[in-house]
Amino acid sequence: MIAVMNNYSERNEFTSYEMMTIAASRMLKSDDVCFVGIGAPSAACNVARLSHAPDITLIYESGTIGTAPDILPLSIGDGELCDTALTTVSVPEMFRYWLQGGHVTIGFLGAAQIDKFGNINTTIIGDYHNPKIRLPGGGGAPEIASQAGQIFVTMKQSLRSMVPKIDFFTSYGHGNGYNDRQKLGIKTTGPTALITDLAIWKSHPETKEFIVTNLHPGVSKEDVQKNCGWEVTFGELVTTTPLPSAIELDVLRELHRRTNASHRRL
Amino acid sequence: MILFWQGLVKLAKFVSLQDAVLDVMTDGLCVALEGFTHLIPHASAHEIIRKGFKNLTLVRMTPDIIYDQMIGMGCASKLIFSYAGNPGVGLLRRLRDAVENQWPVPLEIEEHSHAAMANAYEAGAASMPCALFKGYLGAELRQVNPNIKMIFCPFTGEELAVVPSIRPDVSFIHAQKADRKGNVLIEGIIGVQKEAVLSAAKSVVTVEEIIEDFETHPNAVILPHWTIDYIAEVPGAAHPSYAQGYYARDNAAYKEWDTISANRELYLKWMAEHVMQQTPDVFAERVRFTNPQSK
Repeated sequence: MIAVMNNYSERNEFTSYEMMTIAASRMLKSDDVCFVGIGAPSAACNVARLSHAPDITLIYESGTIGTAPDILPLSIGDGELCDTALTTVSVPEMFRYWLQGGHVTIGFLGAAQIDKFGNINTTIIGDYHNPKIRLPGGGGAPEIASQAGQIFVTMKQSLRSMVPKIDFFTSYGHGNGYNDRQKLGIKTTGPTALITDLAIWKSHPETKEFIVTNLHPGVSKEDVQKNCGWEVTFGELVTTTPLPSAIELDVLRELHRRTNASHRRL
Repeated sequence: MILFWQGLVKLAKFVSLQDAVLDVMTDGLCVALEGFTHLIPHASAHEIIRKGFKNLTLVRMTPDIIYDQMIGMGCASKLIFSYAGNPGVGLLRRLRDAVENQWPVPLEIEEHSHAAMANAYEAGAASMPCALFKGYLGAELRQVNPNIKMIFCPFTGEELAVVPSIRPDVSFIHAQKADRKGNVLIEGIIGVQKEAVLSAAKSVVTVEEIIEDFETHPNAVILPHWTIDYIAEVPGAAHPSYAQGYYARDNAAYKEWDTISANRELYLKWMAEHVMQQTPDVFAERVRFTNPQSK
């Protein structure tokens, strides 16, 4: 737990996971149409919906459009998502009409490995044909990364996850930076923000490298560098991420309380 | 009506799941057991395992627990897939053991993205040889999977991805209801099940219940009886997946699978007890029906 003294917050203790999730949720607006990855992105998207972005459209790749789950789904296709959705379409329709059709403004992804240009690996550690660790694979992510208007990524920082060179290009970010993405014929913006448990990173408008713009409360530049495998570039003006508000913490904790109660063996 | 396509007009037959599996299956077939988290045909997978079919090419977008079980029992020699995880829990440990250590038998993999598989099923249902879509831009799967090709649109010059269509020898799905004629109603998250049935040479559908008439709306997803070969009534057949309107997903069981599948001996013991010594009837006891009309 990070203890922070603050007179304006009713909660003065929160975990780095909570800070990450809340910081990620603040990236979203009510008029966004967001394609949600499972895990940390799903928590952030639902905190946004339950706090400052009540009208956000959340889409899960199982076909649920405009879903408003009371509990966090364990998978991308829990019944809760369908029960609370505006409509549920088939998976071919989801990928063809809604994602490829250009109706999604934000893709919110997680990653096993990421590099400083937002290229993501969720496929394999080691050589593809002789793997050290076989990961689940891309699922919807390769096309979310190229077809959603822009991409946010949220993940915990570590030397294993934030690497100079990813083992496999599952989902393309900005390649080696600059306009590599456009050269491949990709028309969408690509990764613009990375929200970790330590900091907020934004893509540099020209080089496309992730630059640290905010450090979370109590986190130093050294902490960020120690948990990142590439040489970190910090913005000219690095500010402190605003503390989680009492409302944000309550929403997130209630969401997890309801989720844990629901996933327990009855 | 005259259909010029491979299956011609079918007549859905009501049989036991055991008889359906024995009739449609042989070693070496290309088989799809579809379900996108919802309505996963667990009972059918267990029946295939019990009958000991080998050398199968298994196709599924999201090969979760059932393909982990089939691979671990040595049923498969090839897997075509787009996301091989236990959703929200982690990795598939029997699949990993097969890929990393060739246990119990080597497993060839053909890996795609979801968009590619969804398009490939739809192309199969539409009797197309291949599926065309905007995809795989910058994705390294293009370098390791020879079944991903790029072509240029003859009208605009835009680069597009092409993959072979999916045409399984047999598709298995689970659905909520069949009527007495053998028409099948499927509701909720419907995944690629309609495409899986229409693209396959033969299809087997398990249902929660058989009823007189559907009371539903004009746009309901219904597979007419002449698209299906066999229907078996197996209440609870999706467990630990779920059936919308009948029972909820058993998320605890998905989490427990992570422990069971982590160790070969524990896995084999679990399979012996919960699969090999059982029959399809056991599934009704594994779920808690929320629908009061259900058995």
